[in-house]
Amino acid sequence: MKVALFVPCYVDQLHPQVAHATVRVLERLGVEVVFPEEQTCCGQPMANAGFAADAAPLARHFLEVFGGFDHVVAPSGSCVSMVRNHYGAFLSGAPGFDRLRRGTWELCEFLTDVLKVGELPGRYPHKVGLHQSCHGLRELGLGSPSERMEPRFSKVGLLLSRLQGIELVSLSRPDECCGFGGTFAVAEEAVSCLMGRDRLADHLAAGAEEVTGTDVSCLMHLDGLARRTRLPLRFRHVAEILAEATA
Amino acid sequence: MTGHAERAARFAADEPRAHWHDQALWFVRLKRDRMAAAVPEWEALRERAAAVKAHARARLADYLEQFEREATRRGLRVHWARDADEHNAIVHRILSERGVTRVVKSKSMLTEECHLNPYLAARGIEVVDTDLGERIVQLAGEPPSHIVLPAIHKKKEEIGELFHRTLGTAAGASDPTYLTQAARAHLREKFLAAQAGLTGVNFAIAETGGIVVCTNEGNADMGTHLPPLHVACMGVEKIVPRLADLSVFLRLLARSATGQPVTTYTTHFHAPRPGGELHVVIVDNGRSRLLAEEGFRGALACIRCGACMNTCPVFRRSGGYSYAWTIPGPIGSVLAPGRDPVAHGSLPFASSLCGSCDAVCPVKIPLHDQLLARRREVVRAGGQPLAKRLAMRVGGWVLRHRALYEVAGRLARLALRRLPRALLYGRWNAWGRQRELPAAPAESFRDAWRRTRGDGRG
Ligand code: SF4
Repeated sequence: MKVALFVPCYVDQLHPQVAHATVRVLERLGVEVVFPEEQTCCGQPMANAGFAADAAPLARHFLEVFGGFDHVVAPSGSCVSMVRNHYGAFLSGAPGFDRLRRGTWELCEFLTDVLKVGELPGRYPHKVGLHQSCHGLRELGLGSPSERMEPRFSKVGLLLSRLQGIELVSLSRPDECCGFGGTFAVAEEAVSCLMGRDRLADHLAAGAEEVTGTDVSCLMHLDGLARRTRLPLRFRHVAEILAEATA
Repeated sequence: MTGHAERAARFAADEPRAHWHDQALWFVRLKRDRMAAAVPEWEALRERAAAVKAHARARLADYLEQFEREATRRGLRVHWARDADEHNAIVHRILSERGVTRVVKSKSMLTEECHLNPYLAARGIEVVDTDLGERIVQLAGEPPSHIVLPAIHKKKEEIGELFHRTLGTAAGASDPTYLTQAARAHLREKFLAAQAGLTGVNFAIAETGGIVVCTNEGNADMGTHLPPLHVACMGVEKIVPRLADLSVFLRLLARSATGQPVTTYTTHFHAPRPGGELHVVIVDNGRSRLLAEEGFRGALACIRCGACMNTCPVFRRSGGYSYAWTIPGPIGSVLAPGRDPVAHGSLPFASSLCGSCDAVCPVKIPLHDQLLARRREVVRAGGQPLAKRLAMRVGGWVLRHRALYEVAGRLARLALRRLPRALLYGRWNAWGRQRELPAAPAESFRDAWRRTRGDGRG
């Protein structure tokens, strides 16, 4: 199987190790990975700030770059949700858009839903807190949000929990927002940071050594807060954990 | 102009207090979770409630007329008000024609929205709020900070101090039971002396022409049982078609609002009391405009349970007053800009778009999508600062062109790696006030890919 790798702009520039790890995980599972070099950004920063006119050309660009592939995989729930749930405003009716929308996957859901890997043989002897990023959780349905009364599941949690030696800690608020929220992190800096510190306190109280998640943006915000006050927490994208555990 | 961010920053600056506020509301959210989980058909109930509301909305005029017919037949008197002024004038006329100067009122967000209390006070009518939380904020001269828990921002010590000043309770007393008793005794006098009772309406039933009022303190009943005059004020959206629809909403309302299986008192008013009068004032005040807005009319389904406020991580840490609007929180941030997109332009941005509000809302209003849609409106109306508009324009342009994007990325990484800390963390950097910037790598992913795997294919 061949997939086109979508690397969100800030991952490409600031956290390339996450994209490298994504490639390693996919290739280890026998997937052929291509990286269309014309890709840039899905347009989420503009779209979420309400600047639809500035986001629309990026959506069209994304369709041009990725429209030819059966599967597009990205290590980011929120960028994938942008394509799946919010591109309709810009691309509805455009040739190839439906296929693009149906074929764009967040890494973990690609592993569980498309490749149907039940478990990844691997070992990761650490205490890990899972940060369930909101867009992945509530917009993509990577897990059951705590507000909804439905059977509990977590695609990411399941993949991780089957690694040998890993201990997923239990949080008192399993899926509260970390406060990143794109431009919210800057425009509402006070509340954003308060939210982030509360998430960190929850992870620390639960005994986490590491915090992981599907979105580098949330981890970047939490990591920034933790480093400022020197909290003993490491931050790793779930792709990094899977890559290292299965090495 | 100050917006939500500045007001929120003021609230959050007192971090222990913000945490206390957050914990208090989270406690209610957890109670709600437990109660909702005990109903196996919870999600189906939400579906049903949303469907009933959508149906009622689509035929709103018919159901309102049916309600008026049935209510009139039962001896209720129905009044129509286009806006807040008309509403206030009608209520005032009903009261003054009967020589009423002392009124007890149970909770009604509609009368808050219309600023009824000051209107009547200015005309020599004393209005006493009888919901305990409402009474607390009324004594403090403040508006409610939450639609279900109006005084949630006040600590019991502060209430003790307030009661000491206004009701003469013992100095320094903060025991909730003692304070509640004192408030009860004080309110009892007001109930006994009242010449009229004002209430809101939780549900108006088109089929029967009756209205339903839910309270936890029984104060709506106390306020309407003694005086001969009862005036009930409702927004046009309170209509449900049939009596049978009520069960759906009553099961959802209290569980979502406070985590109780049902409100302590659910009172049906289907006729005036013998010898008394029951007036219903039906108010539009912007609701038909909302009904005409395709992307937002779903917000009319709101049953004012407050669950979206309790679950909202921003509301919990910024307080109800940071919204500067009668209905705060996610639903308020959707409703307020519908009235005035410029004055309330900051509210749709008071959200991380986490979507918790949608998932908790008992009538399934897609709140975070509506917040996003409101953002687009605010931007279109020019309600965002020039600097942000420019940044978005330039950012979008750079990101559209791969070569420019690469150059910008390289420069940004270089700056992050080389610039002295004092420059990087200057006043302009809102990210860096409380957070470290990421440590930039020397090589982007695409550079590495090109170096190791590049085949020019792209
Ligand atoms: S929007 Fe939904 S959750 Fe919020 S107050 Fe209204 S009914 Fe309750």
